Amino acid sequence: MKPLNTYRAGPDEHGHFGIYGGRFVAETLMPLILAVEKAYAAAKADPSFDDEFRRYLKHYVGRPSPLFHAERLSAHFGGARIYFKRDELNHTGAHKINNCIGQILLARRMGKTRIIAETGAGQHGVATATVCALFGLPCVIYMGKTDVERQAPNVFRMKLLGAEVVPVTAGSATLKDAMNEALRDWVANVEDTYYLIGTVAGPHPYPAMVRDFQSVIGEETREQIMEAEGRLPDTLVAAIGGGSNAMGLFHPFLDDASVRMHGVEAAGHGIETGQHAASLTAGRPGVLHGNRTYLLQDDDGQITEAHSISAGLDYPGIGPEHAWLKDMGRVEYVSITDDEAVAAFQLCTQKEGIIPALEPAHALAHVGRIAPKLPKDHLIVMNLCGRGDKDVFAIAKRLGVEL
Amino acid sequence: MSAAFKTRLDARFASLRTEGRAGLITFTTAGDPDAATSQAIMAGLPAAGADVIEIGIPFSDPMADGPAIQLASQRALKAGASLKKTLAMVRDFRRADDTTPVVLMGYYNPIYSYGVDRFLVDAKAAGVDGLIVVDLPPEEEGELCLPALKAGINFIYLSAPTSTDARLPAICRNASGFLYYVSITGITGTRSAEAGSVEAAVTRIRRHTDLPIAVGFGIKTAEQAAAIARVADAAVVGSALVETVRANLDGAGSAKPGCAEAVLNVVRELASGVRAARRKGAA
Repeated sequence: MKPLNTYRAGPDEHGHFGIYGGRFVAETLMPLILAVEKAYAAAKADPSFDDEFRRYLKHYVGRPSPLFHAERLSAHFGGARIYFKRDELNHTGAHKINNCIGQILLARRMGKTRIIAETGAGQHGVATATVCALFGLPCVIYMGKTDVERQAPNVFRMKLLGAEVVPVTAGSATLKDAMNEALRDWVANVEDTYYLIGTVAGPHPYPAMVRDFQSVIGEETREQIMEAEGRLPDTLVAAIGGGSNAMGLFHPFLDDASVRMHGVEAAGHGIETGQHAASLTAGRPGVLHGNRTYLLQDDDGQITEAHSISAGLDYPGIGPEHAWLKDMGRVEYVSITDDEAVAAFQLCTQKEGIIPALEPAHALAHVGRIAPKLPKDHLIVMNLCGRGDKDVFAIAKRLGVEL
Repeated sequence: MSAAFKTRLDARFASLRTEGRAGLITFTTAGDPDAATSQAIMAGLPAAGADVIEIGIPFSDPMADGPAIQLASQRALKAGASLKKTLAMVRDFRRADDTTPVVLMGYYNPIYSYGVDRFLVDAKAAGVDGLIVVDLPPEEEGELCLPALKAGINFIYLSAPTSTDARLPAICRNASGFLYYVSITGITGTRSAEAGSVEAAVTRIRRHTDLPIAVGFGIKTAEQAAAIARVADAAVVGSALVETVRANLDGAGSAKPGCAEAVLNVVRELASGVRAARRKGAA
């Protein structure tokens, strides 16, 4: 495919990235979606909004997050020079908070007094509950019952922060069902409620807005790698569930033709088993949750259950901009199994003294695949987008250890 | 604007106008709780008093629906329902009934997956008159609404309490068949609207369209249906019917004998309520 002059111009005014994206929502929600779009456009044009956003990122989140040269892992793989973008050091332990700060400031500008959100692993739920505590707003978090059970520490954290956590039993009781339930809440509480979506998906303007708030990851990385190495990285690697940490890292580099990008999906038990969450690798275009994108679905267009050991990747869709970048060939999408991710989780812990979340452990497993074959001066930046405290119980169970 | 073609919906609403009464629109989910029972319910609806039949296309993720219709979808899918079988059900119904309008209601993904062009050909051939697709607002009219109009199928738009006067012209621009007023901000089968607020909303919408206006969401009893029938052109009842399906299942989730008849009895009650309600302003 012929390269474009820019990959950073999207979406168009209707929220489309090529054929992807859009605004596929019920009429009741449509006026709200348009109000969010209008409010976000006004906020973007207002320098005081950006000032406020940056101020909270610096003094509350703790940004910029460091760019760390992972020397022992680089030596272990024996090839490329590997850097970690340390977004696991953010307040609340993941990249999710970047977006939550941006959106809560927007919700306040819009005069909304109640916040709802969906969560899978619980990281977005914790980040949302955190900013709601910070600004004194009531908060309801929808979480699939399956996830409530496997992410007990995060459920407790959300409750400590004052959020109401609603276990969702409908459908497969995971992230997609939590998102359905959040949409149902929103449609019933249109006057006062703001839906704080946690990833680069949903109806326009959410995919673009969440990407913009997360782009701080890539913007910092660009400055930091220039300082450390005097040049741009050669390859960026990030895990993909809905795709927000990857989009945040990739977007500022999309027009730098020399920078390769790899998005890593969850292959679960293996693509061939059908039990995975790799919508770009094994799904096809469809419409769900307000946007057209790649979805895991059966022949009848019914959405199928995703599987991953990582609750944060366990979603049958993907942000629409990723769908477009895949079709354009600008980003390469690969997948990593549960077993590979668990091995990378242990390796990272032992070699670098960093307990990563299972999500970036997928990214690291892919780094482990490509790094050995690359020259020593090849620069890889991997987004270490979350810390693994929340996953220690799941890992212990997996390793047969009783806590 | 009215469509350049006439469907059974236009004929039915014209005859209701002549009769001076509002219509009853029933919603049941295709294949719930199984193909045979669902077909039997559909076949009995016209005689039970349904003026327009809405058939739900089962979907795994019905975002705008409350628990009753969510469960109906799940039961249907578990029993093997699909969009293809939904069309077959309409085709079968049409062998005995060529006048009662049939509207398919659902979400876009199964239709998109089936292929829009192929779907419209097959739906028309099966005897479908109209489509209600919850997640296709006027902003996405190029997806299915405009192709449907070309294929001679009505595309029925939803209007909600949040649809302002500024938005209604866009909603009405390519609407045909009838306009569906969602009487509450919320999901199906939960709260009920006050007849007074519905009347005000219907009056407001009338300023933007000559199409018949049907009102749905939260109408469960014959009394509520009658109250709506006094102020609108049709009342839509769904959750109360699929709840009746659920109440007539055995422990294993299979239809008990008389399940279809129980649903049709509820329809008879609702129809008597609607038919007894004299239209405001009617002689």
